[in-house]
Amino acid sequence: MSNNILEMRDITKTFPGVIALKDVSISVERGEIHAICGENGAGKSTLMKILSGVYPSGSYDGEIVFEGEPVHFRTINDSEAVGVVIIHQELALSPYLSIAENIFLGNERQKRGWIDWNDTNLEAAKLLARVGLSDNPITKIVDIGVGKQQLVEIAKALSKKVKLLILDEPTAALNDEDSAHLLDLLRHLKEQGITSIIISHKLNEIKKIADSVTIIRDGKTVETLDMAADAVSEERIIKGMVGRDLGNRYPDHTPHIGDEVLRIEDWVVHHPSDHSRVVIHGANLSVRRGEIVGIAGLMGAGRTELAMSVFGRSYGANISGRVYKEGKEIKTNTVPEAIANGIAYATEDRKRYGLNLIDDIKRNISGAALEKLTKRGWVDANQEYVVAEGYRKDMNIKSPTVGAITGKLSGGNQQKVVLSKWMFADPDVLILDEPTRGIDVGAKYEIYTIINKLASQGKGVIVISSELPELLGICDRIYTLSEGHITANVPRSEATPELLMQYMTQEKE
Amino acid sequence: MSASPVTTKSSLSSAANYLTSQLRQVGIFVALIVIVIIFQILTGGILLQPDNVSNLVVQNSYVLILAIGMVMIIIAGHIDLSVGSIVGFIGAIAGTMAERWGWPWWAAIIASLAVGAIVGVWQGYWVAYFGIPAFIVTLAGMLIFRGLTQVVLGSTQITPFPDPIRALGGGFLPGLGFLFGQLETLTVVIGILIAVVMVVQALRQRAVRRRYNLESEPFIWFLVKLIFTVGLVLVIAYLLASNNGIPIVLVVLGVLVVAYSAMMSRSVFGRHIYAMGGNLNAATLSGVKTKRVTFLLFVNMGVLASLAGLVFAGRLNLANPTNGNGFELDAIAAAFIGGAAVTGGIGTVTGAIIGGLIIGILNNGMSIIGVGTDYQQFIKGIVLLGAVAFDVYNKRRTGSR
Repeated sequence: MSNNILEMRDITKTFPGVIALKDVSISVERGEIHAICGENGAGKSTLMKILSGVYPSGSYDGEIVFEGEPVHFRTINDSEAVGVVIIHQELALSPYLSIAENIFLGNERQKRGWIDWNDTNLEAAKLLARVGLSDNPITKIVDIGVGKQQLVEIAKALSKKVKLLILDEPTAALNDEDSAHLLDLLRHLKEQGITSIIISHKLNEIKKIADSVTIIRDGKTVETLDMAADAVSEERIIKGMVGRDLGNRYPDHTPHIGDEVLRIEDWVVHHPSDHSRVVIHGANLSVRRGEIVGIAGLMGAGRTELAMSVFGRSYGANISGRVYKEGKEIKTNTVPEAIANGIAYATEDRKRYGLNLIDDIKRNISGAALEKLTKRGWVDANQEYVVAEGYRKDMNIKSPTVGAITGKLSGGNQQKVVLSKWMFADPDVLILDEPTRGIDVGAKYEIYTIINKLASQGKGVIVISSELPELLGICDRIYTLSEGHITANVPRSEATPELLMQYMTQEKE
Repeated sequence: MSASPVTTKSSLSSAANYLTSQLRQVGIFVALIVIVIIFQILTGGILLQPDNVSNLVVQNSYVLILAIGMVMIIIAGHIDLSVGSIVGFIGAIAGTMAERWGWPWWAAIIASLAVGAIVGVWQGYWVAYFGIPAFIVTLAGMLIFRGLTQVVLGSTQITPFPDPIRALGGGFLPGLGFLFGQLETLTVVIGILIAVVMVVQALRQRAVRRRYNLESEPFIWFLVKLIFTVGLVLVIAYLLASNNGIPIVLVVLGVLVVAYSAMMSRSVFGRHIYAMGGNLNAATLSGVKTKRVTFLLFVNMGVLASLAGLVFAGRLNLANPTNGNGFELDAIAAAFIGGAAVTGGIGTVTGAIIGGLIIGILNNGMSIIGVGTDYQQFIKGIVLLGAVAFDVYNKRRTGSR
């Protein structure tokens, strides 16, 4: 009998219109720390959601064998009952409850229906000691830092008699010291016989603590490497993560690059609720007319935070730095000010930040520049219709009329509405945050064509993307962002996926 | 030959589709008519007698004025619980100025509206700029202004009010003599004028929409709707003409409805309100000054509440500590019965007016047939729940398609 605590065999998971995972197999040995690597959207989280029962048995194909027994988890409770516990990237703690209450949430220590507080706090203290925390269990979660909160999550997992602990990007929100502490703890738990699966973008961490690593790319397993036996380097992992055929998925584009239109200097941004945490460390970047500039960075690198802080300080606190438009310093302290200075930002999360989903296409398109359709305070609804209709045809928004409600459009068409809105505002610089997220391949090609068109009209375009091939396919120049630092500025001719990934995972100096 | 039945069928089904899509808008109107018919029968014809129709308008005018401001606040995603107390407070202030201090009636009116605006500034500041939820701010306002009402009145009542303020609450436009012995001439003329304007306006709008190829409304439907609304205006004009003519407050209300409807649908300010209620984040990131819009909405509500306070005090000819008790709930109910969404972003001024009329007719009709206030409350509660349940059901059905 093998020494594998877990085997997932030929897992295939489809969402409407998308194959998220195709025949993914993974074996985890008892007592090891097993890392899973892959680009954003490669399918890592989907795989872990299947393992933990978030996606119930039956909604996917394939087989899961845990401790030699086939298992069919239908809920998270099912998986936790046998000792599989997942800790999500977004911590799931209730902020105004105490540490002890959180540890036993949904699993309360009780006697005849009444909570036994002494037992609760006593047991919590024991669990906290195991994860190296000496805080009083009655401390509220809001009063401890993110690093400690992460440890409380692990203590909570321990309270469930965990055998296999899954951590999704556990150090993404932590500083170096807390990260080091967490990694130590994982090693310590390993000695106690707890197996861990860790999803991480930080290759140096993986190199430090993982015994083996499975690489997933585009919903398929690429390979599993034994860290010690194969003497795996970071470069080796990067090659596995990005090695893919670019093909002809990007429209041709001959750049006509003009003068500098926007420059950002010494841009520093602090976290909005934790003012001591620096999210962007003195970033410098510029874009010229007709240029498409990419910003590459892994999740948590600060891409969206950088863009939104420039766009009317929509993110962050204690922001400092300078913004120059065509060489002259400008202020972008509010969104109307940013728009008036010719800057537009199309969000990565169009449903939450981009569209009024209960209103129609034309009113969404006119939303950012309504004054252009206004005479003495009154909106000219007919002119609005004509304008929107023009964009519908130009951008190939698939809807019979511009009176259709945007909430009912597909992702690609919603994105075209967002782009139309900002094109109508006629900015000089467009910041497009993940412009093709959640969009099918055909619509992606159309979006790329639109981006090229905007550049050829002399606008400066900044594209933020998690997909390296996309940036390599459309950008003239690419900045890499790692943990809030701009680590490189690479022209298209020199850029390779391996090089960019190296800069994106580079540690700060 | 074989093609023609198919086309009839498809055009029929497209008309049916259109009707379903308009259900939200039309449903509330149909409900109003059904309720009118039911009470017309139950009251043995008293409901639509000329003096009762006139009475209905005057009796409900202040709640309708409140409903206009309330629906705007609800569309923006907020709520205002303080308007009933503001009605009482303004009654006390106006009475003090006009009676105790002997100010001229016009100065009292202007000063009252200004006080309403200041009340709105106060509440708008806390909601928009300080970031306290409107529910809390206006709940506090409900207590604060009810308390201030009693402070101002000092455990007495103020009466009488000057004639012009009384006229605002219960007076009629001066007559021009009678046609055919019993119809008041001015009312007839105004009724016909409004009807003509409505027909011209509807035809022009349709022509423009056709030019832009925007028209989806079947012509028959357009015609039925037009004949119906114009007919309604003429019937109401006829009923008012056979009584005392047009109540002054109806003129005020008419101007407010037209102005605010236009503002909500066609002005930048109105569009920003809908955008905020639909998705606050998206509106902010599109450059809408959301805090300022919220602030102005509360100032506007303050002014409208103070107008309602003047109308109510004028009608009763009395400022009293309990003036306006519970009006906020009627105004909120009117907005929701009229199709406003609890989550914001959806609603219309006309919807709120129809919602307010439904409540008013329920009150009036039930009083006439002698239903006790206990059952009146009960039935109003059921109607509110039913109206919103219908709306939620409707949304879920269209959403799942």
